[in-house]
Amino acid sequence: MNGPQDLGGRDGFGPVSPETREPLFHADWEKRALALTLAAGALGHWTLDESRHARESLPPLTYYGSSYYEIWIRALEILLQRHGEVGADELAAGHMLRAGLRPERRLQAAQVAPVMARGGPVDRPVRTPARFAPGDTVRTRNHQPRGHTRLPGYAREKTGVIEAVRGVHVYPDSHAHGRGEDPHWLYTVAFDGRTLWGDAAAPGLTVSIDAWEPYLEPA
Amino acid sequence: MHDHHHHDHGDDDHDNHMDPMTARVRALETILTQKGLVDPAALDAIIETVETRIGPRNGARVVARAWTDPDFAARLRDDATSAVAEMGYGGRQGEHLQAVFNSDDEHNLVVCTLCSCYPWLVLGLPPVWYKSPPYRARAVRDPRGVLAEFGVILPDTTRIRVWDSTAELRYIVVPQRPAGTDGMDAEALAELVTRDSMIGCGLAQGPGT
Repeated sequence: MNGPQDLGGRDGFGPVSPETREPLFHADWEKRALALTLAAGALGHWTLDESRHARESLPPLTYYGSSYYEIWIRALEILLQRHGEVGADELAAGHMLRAGLRPERRLQAAQVAPVMARGGPVDRPVRTPARFAPGDTVRTRNHQPRGHTRLPGYAREKTGVIEAVRGVHVYPDSHAHGRGEDPHWLYTVAFDGRTLWGDAAAPGLTVSIDAWEPYLEPA
Repeated sequence: MHDHHHHDHGDDDHDNHMDPMTARVRALETILTQKGLVDPAALDAIIETVETRIGPRNGARVVARAWTDPDFAARLRDDATSAVAEMGYGGRQGEHLQAVFNSDDEHNLVVCTLCSCYPWLVLGLPPVWYKSPPYRARAVRDPRGVLAEFGVILPDTTRIRVWDSTAELRYIVVPQRPAGTDGMDAEALAELVTRDSMIGCGLAQGPGT
């Protein structure tokens, strides 16, 4: 989607401001926000792709005006309501008014270490041959669905070179919207800086993205 | 760590002074806990994991081993997920790890323009600047300007390679080994590997700095 998250190449956000001796968290609520998001995700109502889409679907003024973990919490509230686990009345009341739907899926403390160590690989078995090979020249499509996508705006309709074939991966454009994993071949595609940014590009710049096969066509 | 030193009033009064985000998150945790959907002890365990078990020391050990063990470096280049698993590292936000190596000719820089994708497994949680619009907007378009804000000035002859983490691949930069470190072992070398150098926003430190 052409949302506030698609930041590559935008002007006007000012300098990067690294903090010296930056703390891991800037407030205790940030720790709880992170942990709540991961624990609620374990209930299995939504995918990581759907949660990313919930964050980028916040209104732009909210997205840009919120700190990182505030974006997470706002999106978590939306996801919990969408999937029927929490009502707006409960959020307003600050306590439970109805029973939860999936208490049997509650993440147990003893499961945390194994779950985090296992992670969630998204590569899937190969069932079709890859359409492209390293060295092939490709062009990204004018792909701008209203829903979730991982093709950044700056890399649309641009000619690049397949640098690596990464295997078959879950396709976020489907997975974010309850349309299953719909796995597709994934490639690393490299673009010359001038292709992306014109004459103003820094000399010697190459930018790559990781792009699923439906984003690409032969050039 | 206690946060009571600047509060000398009771709990009820304290609640009345909660900042809006603390109140919002606490309300959500309360609702989910009452519904049996979240176990507060599991939240504590998640926080402990991200505070103590993951972090840039893991990545620094990987880099130092790559500097001192050419066979490991080759495996890291070929299949970083398997290579770091040899060192006991595996799991969330590192399932599909790629290591990219700096050289005299090419400097690598990692960004996620669309959100905050970052190799938790080897670097821990990302810093605020990595997740914030200025870095995400400019890393792909003006990487030399961004690097200058980190105090890194590269020769004009050094090519810059930016990796936008748009899928579930996670990138770690292997910075160049600093000069003057020939006699050092991997443990000492790991101390020279900064977090920023593994994102590409810094260089490994020289010995004695």
